Amino acid sequence: MINPDLHLKENIFDNPDQAATAAVAKAMASTRDGFGKGLIEAAVADARVVALCADLTESTRVEGFKKRFPERYIEVGVAEQNLAALASGFAAAGKIPFITSYAAFNPGRNNEQIRTTISLNRMPVKICGMHAGVSVGPDGATHQALEDMALMRIQPHMTVISPCDAEEARKATLAAAQWDGPVYLRFGREKTPLMTTAETPFEIGKAQMFLSAENPQAVIFATGPLLHNALLSAKQMGDEGMGVIVVNVATIKPLDRDTIVAAAREAEAVVTVEEHQIAGGLGGAIAELLAQEYPVPIEFIGVRDQFGQSGEPKELIEHYGMGVSHIKDALRKVVGRKSAQV
Amino acid sequence: MQPLTDTEAYELTARANAIRQTIIEMLLAAGSGHTAGPLGMADIFTALYFYVLKHDPQNPDWEDRDRLILSNGHIVPVRYAAMAHAGYFPVEECLTLRKFGSRLQGHPERLRLPGLETTSGPLGSGLSQAAGMAYALGMSAREGQTSSGGLTFPRVYCAMSDGEHDAGNIWEAAMWAGANHLSNLTGIIDRNNIQIDGYTESIMPLEPLRDKYEAFGWHVLEVDGHNIPQFIAACDEAKAIYEKPTVIIAHTIPGKGIREIERDYRWHGKPPSKEEAQVFLNELRTMQGKVASEHQ
Repeated sequence: MINPDLHLKENIFDNPDQAATAAVAKAMASTRDGFGKGLIEAAVADARVVALCADLTESTRVEGFKKRFPERYIEVGVAEQNLAALASGFAAAGKIPFITSYAAFNPGRNNEQIRTTISLNRMPVKICGMHAGVSVGPDGATHQALEDMALMRIQPHMTVISPCDAEEARKATLAAAQWDGPVYLRFGREKTPLMTTAETPFEIGKAQMFLSAENPQAVIFATGPLLHNALLSAKQMGDEGMGVIVVNVATIKPLDRDTIVAAAREAEAVVTVEEHQIAGGLGGAIAELLAQEYPVPIEFIGVRDQFGQSGEPKELIEHYGMGVSHIKDALRKVVGRKSAQV
Repeated sequence: MQPLTDTEAYELTARANAIRQTIIEMLLAAGSGHTAGPLGMADIFTALYFYVLKHDPQNPDWEDRDRLILSNGHIVPVRYAAMAHAGYFPVEECLTLRKFGSRLQGHPERLRLPGLETTSGPLGSGLSQAAGMAYALGMSAREGQTSSGGLTFPRVYCAMSDGEHDAGNIWEAAMWAGANHLSNLTGIIDRNNIQIDGYTESIMPLEPLRDKYEAFGWHVLEVDGHNIPQFIAACDEAKAIYEKPTVIIAHTIPGKGIREIERDYRWHGKPPSKEEAQVFLNELRTMQGKVASEHQ
């Protein structure tokens, strides 16, 4: 059952790949679009907000902010190490800097600058990594960040957020601006289905049960736009008689221990879903938590120690095993493992 | 600003000597750390903390203070010693350097000791932070957010080593600061010609360093880094330069003040032994024998 408290989209199960729901496809938006809106709202709300960009204003969606607040936009050029360390200086002088580039470079190239000048200093810099995941598509492996959440999750003081849709991305951006400390925000390039609405609550550090089930046999913990594939998988498995819970884990760090452990306890079998390396990402984080708090069988959907390649987003998602059929297979497998244990 | 009086210059020189003694004492107590760099920058840090910087040791977070970023964090003993002598914390605390639980970490950490401005050690990132601060302080002044009201906003100083100019991040920052005409930013390069593996010009030649900064849009000054009045005059000149950041290339002698250490790159990263420290402290107290000879 869809959680009524979250005011989710009514057509949340519509599949944009099917012709009958072409209207859904038209209504899609990218999480980077949501960021662009949220950044302007954050700047309106707080005069300390500034944005720095490494020569990618259009594709990181800082363009609107730049037009609206030219005096608060700072061009850095293609220099991501400088981007991060400059922002530490801006924060030390009282600003709330958002730094934007592709996730492959930010936090990919400037990881040490983030570690020393932002995390260790606990500076309220908001690191925005765009074009995360294989769904960047034709650009290929160099631009498909698959390790960014892992890089950021292991830094003390850092908060890591991976929004599921454009609306959640907007809210996450606003929330990050007011969060007292460094934040990594992960965004995608592609237009993806909207699942949440303006009324859906958002709070950093809170996971949300999107879908509940009577006598659930498994729970999916998903992050980012792949949450939609998780919902489709759960729906189809429900039609086949397997009750599946779906939890949106937008905040990878700090993890919402209570919600995650409670859902694992209820379902006794877990599948994690992310467009990222399994190692160090959501899957790793959930496994670390449940190994200590409530060990249950876990199956992981994500990239398995590989680099991406050029291709269309949809075919890459399928090739790297993150499609609906893969999630359904993982659900069957994890439920089977649970039965075998009993 | 008026030129230094002879009395002021003498007092600063004496202060630098006392700071050098503290550096030797703290390195001996720590049993590890860097010796040559801190000694070589003692005159400049004395000039900064006791003459150049607008600051308040009792109120390290004073909004209108000048900012001093130390980019090459490994020479932090000179900063700790200068801060202690300036009144930020008791001089005795210097002996906790590098010890468990100390606020004086082996490399400086902003969150542990008020007044440090930032954390450093990994080389090449200080100038970016200083440039970001300089830009943001200018923004805030223009927005009328500072208590000073007008457009006289704080200056930002960034002390760097010459060796760390091997790092690309410094040149990214230098390009950006030049492009943004950050006239409230003053870089200070400790041009002592040594780095861990040898002499800078044999590891990775930096010359012509002046030309490089000028090409990046900076005003460049060169001084004798042990001539305190000359360094102070350069800092004053930097304040008069509009539309450009200034970098002061300070020619220093690593290990300055102690003959056994001067110009020897092997003293980059090791502390003195107990016996050596006694000899060095005596050398400093007698100003390399000059004081004793005057009384003979």
